[in-house]
Amino acid sequence: MSSNTVKNQRSLGNMAKSVIRKQIFIPIAALFLLVLFNLIADPSFFQISYQPNSEGFNVLSGNIISIIDRASELVILAIGMTLVTSASGGQDISVGATIAIAGSVVLRVLCGSNTRPETLQAPIIVAFLVCAVVSMIFGAFNGVLVSWFKIQPMVATLILFTAGRSIAAWINNNELPVISDPKFAYYGNFIPGIPVPTPVFISILCMIAIALALKFTNLRLYCQSVGINPNSSRLNGINPQMIKFISFVILGLCVAVAGFIKVSRLSTINYSVVAKDIEMDAILAVALGGNALGGGKFNMTASIIGAYVIQFLTTTLYKYDVNSEAISAYKAVVVIILVVLSAPIVREKLGEFKKKIIPSKAVSKEAV
Amino acid sequence: MDNNSVLEMRGICKYFPGVRALQQVDFTLREGEIHALMGENGAGKSTLIKVLTGVYHKDAGEVYLKGSDRPVNIRSPQEAQNIGISTVYQEITLCPNLTVAENMYIGRTKGIFTDWKKINADAGKILNDLGIPAIPGQQLGSCSIAVQQMIAIARAVDMNCKVLILDEPTSSLDEQEVSKLFKLMLDLKKKGVGIIFVTHFLEQVYEVCDRITVLRDGMLVGEYIIEELPRVKLVSKMLGKDFDDMADIKSDSDTEKIDYSETPVYEAKQLAGTTGIKPFDFSIHKGEVNGFTGLLGSGRSECVRAIFGADKVTGGEVLIDGKPVRIKKPLDAMKHGISYLPEDRKRDGIVGDLSVRDNIILALQVMKGFFRPFSRAQAEEFADQYIKLLNIKTASSDTPIKSLSGGNQQKVILARWLLSNPVYLILDEPTRGIDIGTKVEIQKLVLKLAAEGKSVTFISSEIDEMIRTCSRLVVLRDGKVVGELKGDELTQNKIMATIAGGES
Repeated sequence: MSSNTVKNQRSLGNMAKSVIRKQIFIPIAALFLLVLFNLIADPSFFQISYQPNSEGFNVLSGNIISIIDRASELVILAIGMTLVTSASGGQDISVGATIAIAGSVVLRVLCGSNTRPETLQAPIIVAFLVCAVVSMIFGAFNGVLVSWFKIQPMVATLILFTAGRSIAAWINNNELPVISDPKFAYYGNFIPGIPVPTPVFISILCMIAIALALKFTNLRLYCQSVGINPNSSRLNGINPQMIKFISFVILGLCVAVAGFIKVSRLSTINYSVVAKDIEMDAILAVALGGNALGGGKFNMTASIIGAYVIQFLTTTLYKYDVNSEAISAYKAVVVIILVVLSAPIVREKLGEFKKKIIPSKAVSKEAV
Repeated sequence: MDNNSVLEMRGICKYFPGVRALQQVDFTLREGEIHALMGENGAGKSTLIKVLTGVYHKDAGEVYLKGSDRPVNIRSPQEAQNIGISTVYQEITLCPNLTVAENMYIGRTKGIFTDWKKINADAGKILNDLGIPAIPGQQLGSCSIAVQQMIAIARAVDMNCKVLILDEPTSSLDEQEVSKLFKLMLDLKKKGVGIIFVTHFLEQVYEVCDRITVLRDGMLVGEYIIEELPRVKLVSKMLGKDFDDMADIKSDSDTEKIDYSETPVYEAKQLAGTTGIKPFDFSIHKGEVNGFTGLLGSGRSECVRAIFGADKVTGGEVLIDGKPVRIKKPLDAMKHGISYLPEDRKRDGIVGDLSVRDNIILALQVMKGFFRPFSRAQAEEFADQYIKLLNIKTASSDTPIKSLSGGNQQKVILARWLLSNPVYLILDEPTRGIDIGTKVEIQKLVLKLAAEGKSVTFISSEIDEMIRTCSRLVVLRDGKVVGELKGDELTQNKIMATIAGGES
């Protein structure tokens, strides 16, 4: 009987501990808190309306729709960043700059040498494919530096972080072409007749793609093994350099998609401003998801939820008219809280705390 | 508390999720004694030591130190050091990129300014006193593992400790270095230091220890004076059952059946690598168990690494079943049915954060291909099958491998390679740092595999272990093959003589 009680106590305590220890707990809890805050502060935050937009057809609009829409690029980047983090144990800080390059390539292909063309100079799909190839080449450049030259990922990607936006400007001879064809704007806005913004579909497609890749290939096992112990991975027949390289190329593809959406949203980009600081948000999404930034095990779903949390936070702050200059400071405060909460040591303590409360309940139940 | 005891632990309990690592364990260490802490893997030796050094926090029980009536509460390794408990762990825990002297004094300097000149001089003196062949200003990483180990001990000794814990200090030392270490231990004993000695080598226990405390499954079996506990009894206490003599195990193998006239399963001609070994010839037949032997650093591991393609191969010819093949990387070797269990389990073997299941299926999965992952159910089945077959002690197949004890980690790596169904299995020090029970299990397994027609190359620092399992030994000295022994030549004396070289 007494040993039974001990057992019950411990298993209940462990259960509480394991819930708190679940990696996905932190981003979900953060999301929950943000929702709660908005519900209390102003329930109208969650209002969704169905009204004609400027083009004259009915679309969904509201804060929630805007969050899901605006988070698309970040979600897509978080996918690639999670893989890079897992395999290389470092982060790519050049994604913002390479998004500028990707966008610039799209503009160049679609506009040719004319900055205000009446018609598109090439099919949109061709523009996307060229942009994908170019972004993957830049990803491969980072990958080669990291895997073969064994340069720390942050240092290796610092090169493109610094040079990327200049390269983007150079691709279009420092001009800002604008695309007038409304069809091109479909990808970053709405397709006529469909009430949900297109980037939402694109990000869902990317999520499905990575889910399938993780299910039907050994991407997860290989990345994690290489991130945890490259020596033993090699002795088990894995090529660690190749896996790191591939993770950077995949991130390159993610950059291409995100860049394409960015250009499409405005039909043009400003090289020096587009996707500014998005690399930090992407890294933050990975960290918020509870993934170790030192590489190894990862949880893709947690990273993706982390990306939505960041966008949710940004939108909430905008809603309360926080000055756009000051927004980073607010974000930083929230980020500190979240990151501290998700630190293993704090979670351990939380688990212990929970354990202390729950056994007493278990005992009282037993007594009844 | 006894007058002459320096440390008493009473009723220590420690729980981990799903495991009772320690239950009501008592331990007493007297002044000026060398006290062996013995037990199988997972018996709780390491846990007890980690409780004592503040790495883990005990769930119940009390620790008393000499000179204080009240129990001490040790909250961190730093605190343990401050009250005179120093530890040298099995794995080197120093920083390879710092110098020897820096490693010896790191965390011990007071104030902001450090007198490096003095520290270097002090370190030099200690190294000299202890006869450790290292220079204070040298980078630690450039010393051999054995020397690094001795530096770790020097660091602990220098901190005026009352209780010195040596956790498997000898597992990477050669005989000469071991005897140096023993001399050092006896010196310290005379000075009144209490030494807790954890090891798997029975001979060493009987060589230096005064008392033995045996643990089994997290519980205390008993404390014994060494003269009153013969080896056989000690082993049976550790295993909790009567123990059939290890010497028997070779009888179930029949080494005479190997047909040396057949084409070898694997043959290397003048294989050369970049790791300091001279080109060598080597072959192994179906159902044969052979081994590489030699002193630490003689090139045993380098030879098998060259065979497996783990290091760069620069020349020579490799024949598998008589057909020439090229093995440039581990995957090539794996595809030809060669498996390699590396010497350094922690660095090259396990993938620490991954589950036992993922660790087991890893090699087979890689061979199957990137685009063809096993289903969860299939992986689960493989893992469960081998956890049962090799009797791996783990909470579940989901447990990260790093939380298993050393012997069980090794079994997981063995399971990994057995699962890949190799023709030729290379085991480099598979029994290092693991308990006798598992050692015998592994030796038996090797012979069973050979009986099933697989070829095995077995490397071990313990010569009697090699004699028990191998039918042919390749002897190396300074990276060069200096002899090959088989049949009646396989005696301890003959092997020693060949290793040592010269006229015997």
